[in-house]
Amino acid sequence: MVVTSGTSVEVRLPSRLGFEKVAMGTAASVAQLMGFPPERIEDLKTAVAEACINAIEHGNHLNEKLSVVVILSASDQALEVKVLDNGTGMSKQPPQPDIDRKIHGEEDPRGMGMFLIQKLVDEAEWVHDSKGKGSYVRLVIRLDKENE
Amino acid sequence: MQTDTRTTIDRTTSPSGVAISVMRFTGDISSTSKESVHGAWQGLAGNGPVLLDFSKVEYINSSGIGLIITMLMEADKAGQKVAIFGLTPHFQKVFTMVGIGKYAGLHKDEATAAASL
Repeated sequence: MVVTSGTSVEVRLPSRLGFEKVAMGTAASVAQLMGFPPERIEDLKTAVAEACINAIEHGNHLNEKLSVVVILSASDQALEVKVLDNGTGMSKQPPQPDIDRKIHGEEDPRGMGMFLIQKLVDEAEWVHDSKGKGSYVRLVIRLDKENE
Repeated sequence: MQTDTRTTIDRTTSPSGVAISVMRFTGDISSTSKESVHGAWQGLAGNGPVLLDFSKVEYINSSGIGLIITMLMEADKAGQKVAIFGLTPHFQKVFTMVGIGKYAGLHKDEATAAASL
C-alpha cells in the first residue's frame, strides 16, 4: 500500500486516558506506510501520545462526552498531525523542565509533555481557534530529516 | 485501554558484593502506574542501591516519567544510588532528554547496571 500526497486519516477518541494509544498506533501505521524509519516512528508515537494526553486532560478535562480528534495528513515530504480538543488552548508556554529543580522538589515532577513534543518532532505549534470552537496542536515530522 | 503495571522486587549482588534491590516493571508506566510503582518503592526507600528494570515495558508517557522522577527525588534525599537498564533506544533517548541520566545511570543490561552501583 502506498500513501499518496493528500491522503488523510482521522481518528476520534473519547476523552479518557489510555485512548491516546489508539492515536499512537494509527500515526505509527500511517508513518510506516509513508516510509519513515523506525526511530522516527517512535519519536512520532511519543509526540502524538503526549499531544492527546494534553488534549484529554487539559483541553477536555477528562469529560468523556467530548472527543479528541486526530487528523493525519500525508504529503510527499512530511506527515502533519493535528490534535483538536474543546479547550481554550494555552495562554503561555510552560517553562522548560529543569531536572535539578524537579529532584529538589522545587518544580512539579510531571509537566514534560510539551517539552517532549517540541524535542521529538520537526515542527510543533499550539493554535487557539479564534471562533471559540476549541484549540489544536499541530505537529509535523519530515521524511528527509533525522531528529537527533 | 491502558495496560496495568506490575512491579516485582528481586535481590541481586554487584560484582563487588553490594546487595542490590531490583524493581522489575511489566506493562505501561503511566498515570495509572502510581500505586504499583510507588507501593513497591516504599519498601525499598532508604534501603541500599536499587536497579530499575524496564526491559518488559513498551509504553512510558510523561506521567510515568514523573513517577520515576519522584522515586529519584526520594532516593536523592536518602543518598540512595539508582541505576536503570532495559530501556528501548527510544526511551533511553527520552530519559536522556529530560535529564534523568544525571540522577540514575542508564545502562544497556542488568550486569552493567549492577556493576555501576
